[in-house]
Amino acid sequence: MEAEDPTTPGRSAAAARQVADILGPFLGLIVVVALFGAVAPEGFLSVFNAKTIATQTVIVGLAAIGATFIIRSGGIDLSVGSAIALASVVTALAMKAGLGEVPSALLGVLAGAAVGAVNGGLVTLLKLPPFIVTLGTLGAARGAAKWLADEQKVDAPSGGLKPFMSKNPDLSGLPGFIRENLPDWLVLAPGVWLMGLAALAAAFLLRRTVFGTWTTAIGSNEPTARLCGVPVERTKFAIYVFAGAMAGLAGVLQFGRLTVGDPTTAMGKELDVIAAVVIGGASLSGGTGTILGAMIGAFLMATLANGCNLSGVPNFVQEILVGAIIVSAVTLDGFRSRQRAS
Amino acid sequence: MKAGAVLRRQGPPRLQIKGVTKRFGGVHALRGVDLEAEVGEVHALLGENGAGKSTLMKIVAGAQPPDSGELWIDGVPFAPSSPREARERGVAMIYQELNLCPHLSVLENVTLGRETSRFGVKQLDAARGRLGQVLTDLEVTSFRADTLVSGLGPGDRQLVEIARALCLDATIIVFDEPTSSLSAPDVERLFRVTRRLVDGGVTVLWISHFLDEVKAIGNRFTVLRDGETVGRGDVLQTSTDEMVTTMAGRSVSEAYPRSARNPGAAVLSVKGLAGASAPRDASFELRAGEVMGVFGLVGAGRTEMLRSLYGLDPMVSGEVELRGAPVQRPRPSRWVELGVGLLSEDRAREGVALELSIADNVTLSSVRRLANRVGAVTRRAREAAAEPWRERLSLRASSTRQPVRDLSGGNQQKVAIARLMECGADILLLDEPTRGIDVGARVEVYRLLDQLAVEGKAILMVSSHLPELLGTCDRIAVMYRGVLGAARPREEWTEDAALAAATGGTS
Ligand SMILES: Nc1ncnc2c1ncn2[C@@H]1O[C@H](COP(=O)(O)OP(=O)(O)OP(=O)(O)O)[C@@H](O)[C@H]1O
Ligand SMILES: [Mg+2]
Repeated sequence: MEAEDPTTPGRSAAAARQVADILGPFLGLIVVVALFGAVAPEGFLSVFNAKTIATQTVIVGLAAIGATFIIRSGGIDLSVGSAIALASVVTALAMKAGLGEVPSALLGVLAGAAVGAVNGGLVTLLKLPPFIVTLGTLGAARGAAKWLADEQKVDAPSGGLKPFMSKNPDLSGLPGFIRENLPDWLVLAPGVWLMGLAALAAAFLLRRTVFGTWTTAIGSNEPTARLCGVPVERTKFAIYVFAGAMAGLAGVLQFGRLTVGDPTTAMGKELDVIAAVVIGGASLSGGTGTILGAMIGAFLMATLANGCNLSGVPNFVQEILVGAIIVSAVTLDGFRSRQRAS
Repeated sequence: MKAGAVLRRQGPPRLQIKGVTKRFGGVHALRGVDLEAEVGEVHALLGENGAGKSTLMKIVAGAQPPDSGELWIDGVPFAPSSPREARERGVAMIYQELNLCPHLSVLENVTLGRETSRFGVKQLDAARGRLGQVLTDLEVTSFRADTLVSGLGPGDRQLVEIARALCLDATIIVFDEPTSSLSAPDVERLFRVTRRLVDGGVTVLWISHFLDEVKAIGNRFTVLRDGETVGRGDVLQTSTDEMVTTMAGRSVSEAYPRSARNPGAAVLSVKGLAGASAPRDASFELRAGEVMGVFGLVGAGRTEMLRSLYGLDPMVSGEVELRGAPVQRPRPSRWVELGVGLLSEDRAREGVALELSIADNVTLSSVRRLANRVGAVTRRAREAAAEPWRERLSLRASSTRQPVRDLSGGNQQKVAIARLMECGADILLLDEPTRGIDVGARVEVYRLLDQLAVEGKAILMVSSHLPELLGTCDRIAVMYRGVLGAARPREEWTEDAALAAATGGTS
């Protein structure tokens, strides 16, 4: 009799639960698309525009992957935007110095990871609340970026980093038979592919590895995790470094997109990132939040911005809409978790 | 195995504790404790609130180091510096507040912190097999390895912790007040499981304030008082009166104090109350000058009934009348103004403010009354108001300035009760008021309730401890799956009838 009992989910029920968790954000996305499909000019519902939106998702999406880990562990990161700017400046400076694409990109990622390391170090060593710590690095990293860039944009050859965010990438590098058979909708900016791969890897990390389980455990019940022998401090540190590195990667692509290192870029992006994760079903009290959800959240935010632009909606309307969506996503989530509790 | 009949093996005891001391600042929690537990026994650890039971067991489990003293397991010195080290020596502890990660599955909880992995990727097949075996041994059918813990009730969660201990091959399992949030069938199941463990050679250390329970499950016992071992013995050869006397250092009447009460008119009447999930249908009338009890299993919806009535959870439907006047949209601040107080069952979150002092906590709901002419509440006024409660409920604390966080579990509960009493409400809604409170202080709480009822106050008491309801209440109603039965005079109830009603049988 127990097998049929709906309160005793097995593996398949666990899968069903995951589907249900993602359903909310997904429906939200459909609503937004349908809305603009009706209001916006035809251009909105085109393959080309979908690609544009996907490309516009990349920066927030990459950072949201890292932020999912932080929020799932019960933390928060407000320094994302500044870390992106710092990474873009560092990459630009490295390119300018003639270090080449790969070393420059690595340096950019490292710069982001360094911001994460400072966050993680302060959170774990000084036991400061992440909100305060990252509020500090929000300012400090931005300042460091301006200092490195001498308070101006860093002009640098973007070289091989530029096409990463190009909607019409150069396919000449691909083998001929692939190039010829590639359907048009698959010709995406390499940055989009990069985000997809990173998301897959991160989802694997979260669900299948010890690190992922510890992340959830810390967000779910930190004292218990400690009691069970989870190295809480070490894990938290790793989470912040990882999230910083993802922000750094976003910064590298931001440089590719702007083709300059801009210390004032991505101002306020941290809120978009947090919004994406929360719209995707994460609770700021920790323990929940999935990579797929965050990706949908990021895509939803980009769709909204794009739709508003195309239909000529003023910026302030867009901002109000984003606010309304965040609040309704959280409200819906509250309903769901209360329902589940019963 | 018969209770009490522990076979004395040749060789050292399973666990030996000698001269353990522990101070917290100025508080001497342990002043030299000795304890010996054998292989295959349930060893009960008894003592009043604040005697040092939890502290001692935390030392055994490696969660706190002792200041001095020695421990041995199977004759080998044992000085764990972390819970992990204690676990490696076979000690597992199941705490007063359960310790699980609700967002993880049963399997993930059981293996947390000691996952086997290859390149960081979890390899849990072996652990899954072992857990399946353990769950079968424990006769668990209500959940499986992949069930999320957030969906489990308190009884099941405790089984998850026991399963975790067994998967670790623990030879010493410590239970800190394991039955305080379980209902009767879950307690029965826990007894069965415990007996099976003990028969298999595990040593169980069992902290409890319920002596009938100790009688049923324990083999031998050790009594702590003020951080010292003051007695030990064989459960079968010791009467509960003797145990209580040893614990308190004086004789305590364990009877239920009861004066002649004459209930008056209904002051609070509730019709068709329904909450979001529970209760589904609750109607009752509470009269002035009576204590009305609500019995039921954990999860029957009793707590939800109080919460939605009090406006802490949404009320979906229902009518509430207070002294004949309807109450629209009840919310806590309104109830307090109307003289209705609630004691939450969730002590740590809603019963007390952990960071505040005892005095602040006790006067939290009555600051308005204590304010002087300029509206200020002096610390002296607060301490003066709290002091009598310290004596009356034998609160074990150095002063009323001590933060509540530092108190033992039972003493925190006493502070929560004192706050409710101090606020001067005419109608009291109490959810498991005596949870974690020792025998002597419990009698004091019953005496308080009796006195309040005689004064004409109305008291609604939710409890899972049937004897206390039968002993203190005038009328008792039983809730089953969200539906509250009719309240009947306590003379019409027997333990069996109440249990049957609570489990859906006919009564
Ligand atoms: N962290 C702490 N800081 C200060 N004092 C503490 C701390 N932990 C415990 N104590 C004190 O040590 C004494 C023993 O507490 P302990 O929790 O061991 O009691 P207990 O026997 O488990 O009581 P109960 O039956 O109420 O659970 C109490 O007086 C308590 O106030
Ligand atoms: Mg205790």
